[in-house]
Amino acid sequence: MSEVPENLKYTSDHEWCRLEDDGSVTVGITDHAQQALGELVYVELPEVGAEFAAGDACAVVESVKAASDVYAPLGGEVVEVNEQLEGEPELVNSSPYDEGWLLRLTPADPAAMDELLDPENYEQVLAEASD
Amino acid sequence: MSPEMPLREDLIFEQSAAGRGSPALAPASGEAPGLPPGLLRSVPAALPEVSELQVVRHYTRLSQLNYSIDTHFYPLGSCTMKYNPKVCNRLAMLPGFLGRHPLAPEADGQGVMACLYELQAMLAAVTGMQAFSLTPMAGAQGEFAGVAMIMAYHRSRGDHERREIIVPDAAHGTNPATATMCGCSVREIPTDADGDIDLPALRAAVGPQTAGIMLTNPSTLGVFERRIREVADIVHEAGGLLYYDGANLNAILGRALPGAMGFDVIHVNLHKTFSTPHGGGGPGSGAVGVGRRLEPFLPLPIVGRENGRYRWLGEAERPQSIGRLSAFMGNTGILLRAYVYMRLLGAEGMRRVADYATLNANYLMHRLREAGFRLAYPARRASHEFIVTLKDLHRETGVTAMDVAKALLDRGFHAPTTYFPLLVPECLLIEPTETESPETLDAFAEALAEIRELARSDPEQLRRAPLSTPVRRLDDVRAARQLDLAWRPAD
Amino acid sequence: MPYIPHTPEDTARMLAAIGLDSIDELFDEIPPALRAEGFAGVPAGIDEAAAARLMQSRAAQDGRSLCFVGAGAYDHYIPAAVWDLAARGEFYSAYTPYQAEASQGTLQLIYEYQSMMCALTGMEVSNASLYDGATAFAEACLMAVRANRRAGRRRILVSRALSPVYRRVAETIVAGQDIELVELPLRDGRLDPDALPADAAGQYAALALQQPSYLGTLEDVDRLSDWAAAQGLLLIAVCNPLSLAVLKPPGEWGEAGADIACGEGQPLGIPLSSGGPYFGYIVSRERLVRQMPGRIVGRTVDVDGRPGFTLTLQAREQHIRRSKATSNICTNQGLMVTAATIYMSLLGAEGLQRTAAACHANTARLAARLAALDGVRIAFEPFFHEVVLQLDRPAAAVLAGLAERGIAAGVDLGDSYPELGPAILSCATEQRSDADIEVYAAALAEVLDSSEVA
Repeated sequence: MSEVPENLKYTSDHEWCRLEDDGSVTVGITDHAQQALGELVYVELPEVGAEFAAGDACAVVESVKAASDVYAPLGGEVVEVNEQLEGEPELVNSSPYDEGWLLRLTPADPAAMDELLDPENYEQVLAEASD
Repeated sequence: MSPEMPLREDLIFEQSAAGRGSPALAPASGEAPGLPPGLLRSVPAALPEVSELQVVRHYTRLSQLNYSIDTHFYPLGSCTMKYNPKVCNRLAMLPGFLGRHPLAPEADGQGVMACLYELQAMLAAVTGMQAFSLTPMAGAQGEFAGVAMIMAYHRSRGDHERREIIVPDAAHGTNPATATMCGCSVREIPTDADGDIDLPALRAAVGPQTAGIMLTNPSTLGVFERRIREVADIVHEAGGLLYYDGANLNAILGRALPGAMGFDVIHVNLHKTFSTPHGGGGPGSGAVGVGRRLEPFLPLPIVGRENGRYRWLGEAERPQSIGRLSAFMGNTGILLRAYVYMRLLGAEGMRRVADYATLNANYLMHRLREAGFRLAYPARRASHEFIVTLKDLHRETGVTAMDVAKALLDRGFHAPTTYFPLLVPECLLIEPTETESPETLDAFAEALAEIRELARSDPEQLRRAPLSTPVRRLDDVRAARQLDLAWRPAD
Repeated sequence: MPYIPHTPEDTARMLAAIGLDSIDELFDEIPPALRAEGFAGVPAGIDEAAAARLMQSRAAQDGRSLCFVGAGAYDHYIPAAVWDLAARGEFYSAYTPYQAEASQGTLQLIYEYQSMMCALTGMEVSNASLYDGATAFAEACLMAVRANRRAGRRRILVSRALSPVYRRVAETIVAGQDIELVELPLRDGRLDPDALPADAAGQYAALALQQPSYLGTLEDVDRLSDWAAAQGLLLIAVCNPLSLAVLKPPGEWGEAGADIACGEGQPLGIPLSSGGPYFGYIVSRERLVRQMPGRIVGRTVDVDGRPGFTLTLQAREQHIRRSKATSNICTNQGLMVTAATIYMSLLGAEGLQRTAAACHANTARLAARLAALDGVRIAFEPFFHEVVLQLDRPAAAVLAGLAERGIAAGVDLGDSYPELGPAILSCATEQRSDADIEVYAAALAEVLDSSEVA
């Protein structure tokens, strides 16, 4: 079973979002997603300052057998990326919700956070997928 | 088992000694006085300095680390690893062919051009198409040529909105990659439970944006697409064209013609159906054939014939062509091998290809079903290949298709294709080809059955396989994280 | 039956096991309307001896002329050991090394090949090869555009002295992706430094040039490399790999060196073979490795810690990345790479250097000898191992006259470079003797003197 922390929002594409005190939103991929991909060997991150609409491919996570786009859960401007992943992509495997975060963005519309999945709904998505 | 395999061989660089080399192989002088000093190399390239005997031993020993058709049964699904007759290689390497510069006068190439001209015609005959170009250098380039021709056709009619290519979800990854290279978007459509295309989904997918559809028939699922004429009608009525990926032509050679199924363009993998060598990954050849409406767009050059002389047709004769795909005219030497193969087999021999490829596949499928293996499409006749799914075995024992593949290596067989098509979990795609004897198929079936028993009695042993190969399972993650792609001299 | 081992008893036993009466029934899922009964237009099979006679008679018609043509493929001597080894069944009849444990021979050989190409070019990473030089150039252009995708730059500056056919092939391949190749004009057979656009920065993804150029001339690569770097353009170098035994490798051009190098591998032990199969090489800086198309082999260790080789970075490729792959290419030109790796091992750096230098010296002798004739002049100097000869009358007629005398004298440049007037491109490799050069010179003198061409 994969871990689904209570304090986060989710997408059905297996990204998570965390609202920070300064109004920015941190984005990563879920424990389920990192398990499905296997050991990551590379993470391609956007440049700081890049702007994305919700649903745009904003990063790529790559294992030896798969490569997956990460879609922006909400529109906005990238204000920080996790540079540690350049040398240590395995952090996404070992700590998907903490040290393995991907990027932080300033949402164009902060209310868009409310549209994302609650932990219960995301667990529902996972349950349906495993049927 | 292959106990005679050498275990490992040092890199050629590690066998080097300064000043050794093979001086008999190069001209005596090395002076180049006319060149500007500022443009010259200052330090010699770090290539090995070894004797000719060292080179011969090293590469002979490296060759012995390989499994190959000449040494092992190689049932790699979708790759058609059949015997490559030695004579095809010998005759393609006759000095007249080998020594001819591609830009030498046409009068000096009438022999090779006669072979290529006849090859164009024979390929048209065995596929039911109108005309062929031999220039694509691999299946993927044939695909590129095919989709580029479809796009050129639509453009020639002022139809600029058709930019979407439909592919079934079971398609090989090259199909969508090719569509992207041609500037198209890709729409995937599903396959039904029996392995046929989902027709309602296809009807819903086509429209004024449809440039065409890319299909393999028999499909990558190892079954014949039975409603292919309906598929063709749906796509044609929507204004799109049909592209035939010839990956599985071996299954129907002489039994059905892609041209008659409604396809507008086809590529043929000569390295599969016509038995040119795979060479450790190439060269291949992806000759493309078309019906009449795409003929003006064929890639160049093409061999033509006038007054008993052969000549190259180029841009002047074919102004609407999609252009050139190679510096000269494709993999000529490979084309000659295919030509010899087709002449040796003739019409009757080529038909036997499909007959015995299909017989071998269905026989092996039957043996494995009897041994308790689960087939992905049990209700269907196998084409020249079929799929076993190890989903149940995996659930029961934890053993994966990869474990089974590696255990086969220990038993002296190359593994089938694993994890393709992506639709079928824990799958083995098995293609025995027509050149294998029933004894070999029986031995392979028995090895798989034995592995299955072992999966239940001692799964740990399978997870350790292979044990008899020059190396055991390799650390792919380390290979990708700590890139070591070239040897470098120590500083 | 040719290549099919089944006895009639085998066939009967197998059909009985499946529960069928005939082979025809194996095809019962093909709708009757689609079934074919053989095909018209294909002759009956012949036996091996007859095939040998046929092909010997065909081959006897070909390749008899004395070769002074280059233009991207070169008549070099190939040591006997090269193809004796490369044609071994274990190399010849293996496939792409998906099962690494059963393919260490091919994998280690490709790793050695990658190492040799890096050494020759002065670059850090190489793939396992592409189809040929022209497609390697096309892939280099696509790679440069991908590396610039965030900035959206889709135009590439290309020297007019870069092979015309490479440019045509690249245009065919990149046409669908809205990528534009912008031609840069020449002066004295070389890129005109005054014609470099002042506003290139931000406008273009890369500058592409060929060294030695298609016309045999030598570009001022250090200066051009520095210019590209100053403008923020990637530099694509198209190089004959044999020439790099003598010339400065692209990795060392200017301050920063080229970013991508590519070219035709045929000079490294591959027969002319009427045009192919050859192979294309492509090498780059390590930071661009994820934009590289095609197979790449890496060294790693197995579960026992022993060194071994495997395909790596496969997530770039079509079988995983599908419509988002770096290229649709599946294979490499494995057999050709096998031959090239053996060729480079046999010759070593010194053997390659001596071969390349001999080509240069022979072409210089040829050029001097021909330019001594009235109506022939050397267009550009210095040159490497090909030379443009300007003539005082139509080149096609002169070449035809020489062809009748058994000489493949060169390539007519009229279609691609009309600004040169009547001109041909000729080459004398290390295989051409002084006597061969005399034969060419005497024949040319005869053609020029005769009334055949006015």
